[in-house]
Amino acid sequence: MKYIDEFQDPALAARLLDDIRATVTRPWALMEVCGGQTHSIIRHGIDQLLPDEVELIHGPGCPVCVTPLEMIDKALEIASRPEVIFCSFGDMLRVPGTGRDLFQVRAEGGDVRVVYSPLDALRLAEENPDREVVFFGIGFETTAPPNAMTVHQARKRGIRNFSLLVSHVRVPPAIEAIMQSPDCRVQAFLAAGHVCSVMGTAEYPALAERFRVPIVVTGFEPLDVLEGVRRTVRQLERGEHTVDNAYPRAVPPEGNPAARAMLDDVFEVADRAWRGIGVIPDSGWRLSPRYRDYDAEHRFQVGDIATLEPAECRSGEVLQGLLKPHECEAFGTTCTPRTPLGATMVSSEGACAAYYLYRRLDLPARPGSRPDSRPTPVATPAAVSVSSREDSSVV
Amino acid sequence: MSDTTARPDLLSWTCPAPVRDRPRVVMGHGGGGAMSAELIEQIVLPGLGGPVQAALTDSAVVELGGARLAFSTDSFVVRPLFFPGGSIGDLAVNGTVNDLAMSGARAAFLSCGLILEEGVELDTVSRVAEALGAAARAAGVRVVTGDTKVVEAGHGDGVYINTSGIGLIPAGVDLRPERVTPGDVVVVSGAIGVHGVAIMSERENLRFEVGIESDCAALGGLVDAMLSVTSDLHVLRDPTRGGLAASLNEIAAASGCGVVVQERSVPVPQPVVGACAMLGLDPMYVANEGKLVAFVPREHADAVLAAMRAHPLGSEAAVIGEAVTDHPGMVVARTGLGGTRVVDMPMGEQLPRIC
Repeated sequence: MKYIDEFQDPALAARLLDDIRATVTRPWALMEVCGGQTHSIIRHGIDQLLPDEVELIHGPGCPVCVTPLEMIDKALEIASRPEVIFCSFGDMLRVPGTGRDLFQVRAEGGDVRVVYSPLDALRLAEENPDREVVFFGIGFETTAPPNAMTVHQARKRGIRNFSLLVSHVRVPPAIEAIMQSPDCRVQAFLAAGHVCSVMGTAEYPALAERFRVPIVVTGFEPLDVLEGVRRTVRQLERGEHTVDNAYPRAVPPEGNPAARAMLDDVFEVADRAWRGIGVIPDSGWRLSPRYRDYDAEHRFQVGDIATLEPAECRSGEVLQGLLKPHECEAFGTTCTPRTPLGATMVSSEGACAAYYLYRRLDLPARPGSRPDSRPTPVATPAAVSVSSREDSSVV
Repeated sequence: MSDTTARPDLLSWTCPAPVRDRPRVVMGHGGGGAMSAELIEQIVLPGLGGPVQAALTDSAVVELGGARLAFSTDSFVVRPLFFPGGSIGDLAVNGTVNDLAMSGARAAFLSCGLILEEGVELDTVSRVAEALGAAARAAGVRVVTGDTKVVEAGHGDGVYINTSGIGLIPAGVDLRPERVTPGDVVVVSGAIGVHGVAIMSERENLRFEVGIESDCAALGGLVDAMLSVTSDLHVLRDPTRGGLAASLNEIAAASGCGVVVQERSVPVPQPVVGACAMLGLDPMYVANEGKLVAFVPREHADAVLAAMRAHPLGSEAAVIGEAVTDHPGMVVARTGLGGTRVVDMPMGEQLPRIC
């Protein structure tokens, strides 16, 4: 495959870094929204190479991390049923719900399968007409269109034994929520390139203007990230706050109209809970009434499963950029990728896991702690009543 | 630590996903990483009633009648049975031959245990047996004993194979991670990640533009070529499950040295780079079946590398790093851009990322 090495060229990276160093005159805090960018930044050591004045704050853009605990519990409940073939992307299998993960369900006899596309799940439904096939539809604007298309195809082809467990979220409302937090330190955003490849850039100028922050659409390879940082710093130094596309090879301004039309047909905008953060208004999608028959929550009657997030985990502050992973007292001690207290330590795109996996050599052996006074949350805490499988009406 | 009166007591908090407390085996226990080691150390070895030599290495070194023997066993449960570049029959021979070779032994004799599932076609069994025989002849090893069992339909995956093997270790050869010292040069025999990507693409029906074939091969001849230069190699590893990252971490932990890898020096074929980028995998953690990693004293490194490159299975051999005194027990990669990152022991299975 071409176009990987080209975007990791050390000589070009050095030139971009020189330009950033020559431009920056004072400290700036930039948030990279996407977990894929966080992973790339930490894996390639980009944060170590940037001048000290440029601080990268890791945003809430890891789809695995922000999927609410109660949604994982619903997945576990559905996947445990003998008639179900439960399909998911791989990295959701080890996200802990209340007491178990999907790997454990599989070990207990549940039919849980890793697929690479929702269409694989639809094919399984066709091949297994006597089983109920459920696909775990999580993620941002990047994964929502193919999931929408799959539901559309299921209805068009009359495949009735397929349904979608939906936990899709949208980036712009999250940016808005972060900027409205009184503790917000973010002065600019690297917007998620793949999200914009679907949605275009039309949602961002209003945010840039309202909060007076530069928003630079940025890709994922090291040179993409550095170019995004370079353009962002240049705007900040000039006092500008516009939307700039530093990822034009993948992002046309209008995005992908066909994908957006599919989203509009199958989904409707809804409030969504974000793990570690809480409910953000209009920040996600659910299946529209026309497709309600394909909603796994509705089909399997798991709507009353509500789970309280353990208060011990401070991942919500990490996801909002209010706390660096290693500033949490539990980091690397009671909370590691093997024993994650919360979402950001579960997925390799989570900021805590990325710090632990790639960066712990540079961190103080004993993590520093921050004052106990916790920042004001950006959203209402999600969920409320705790219910286990035993006391749930769903059996 | 800040005043904890206003904070939850984290020490008494029970994590929702404690690996140790899982009541059942999960796939991650077979991934060749930390979970596999934990299963053996905490469940299997205590049950066996004492330390088992080389339980966590590729083969045991035992003395019998004045001879030093390497003794190894391995089970093969690969799906599909036939894949681009090989089959379960090839793996069953080469896997055990290579485990012995990592102790410096040339495999002499193998056993072969077949577990067949009711309903599997006899033609399939025949093809597996033929592949196994051909691989044994190519590796210069004789299959001298065996066993066959049949399990009910639904209780197997067509064909499972266990092979055990023994071989003589030449005098003067002592390959152990404890022998690694700072300054040792780290060499890999060729491109990494090929086997794992080949299996995954076949198993999951991923149609990559460029066909990727497994690198499955017997490494006895390559090891002989290296030992003909010097018997003073410090350690060899066959980076199968868990990939290069797992092997380097095991060596770092056992030797007490740090390991530094120059990321851009690690040979990864473009198709593997592309497939891993698409799936969100790291080639350093992907399984290999015909590659070795060696820690070589610096004074012998050039000659050993030349000998490797003169052998067909080492033509792409490369120096990828060194053992150091810094960060003992830890593997660190210098990235292509000049940063550094920790290369951790894999936990369980590597999972394709969502995006």
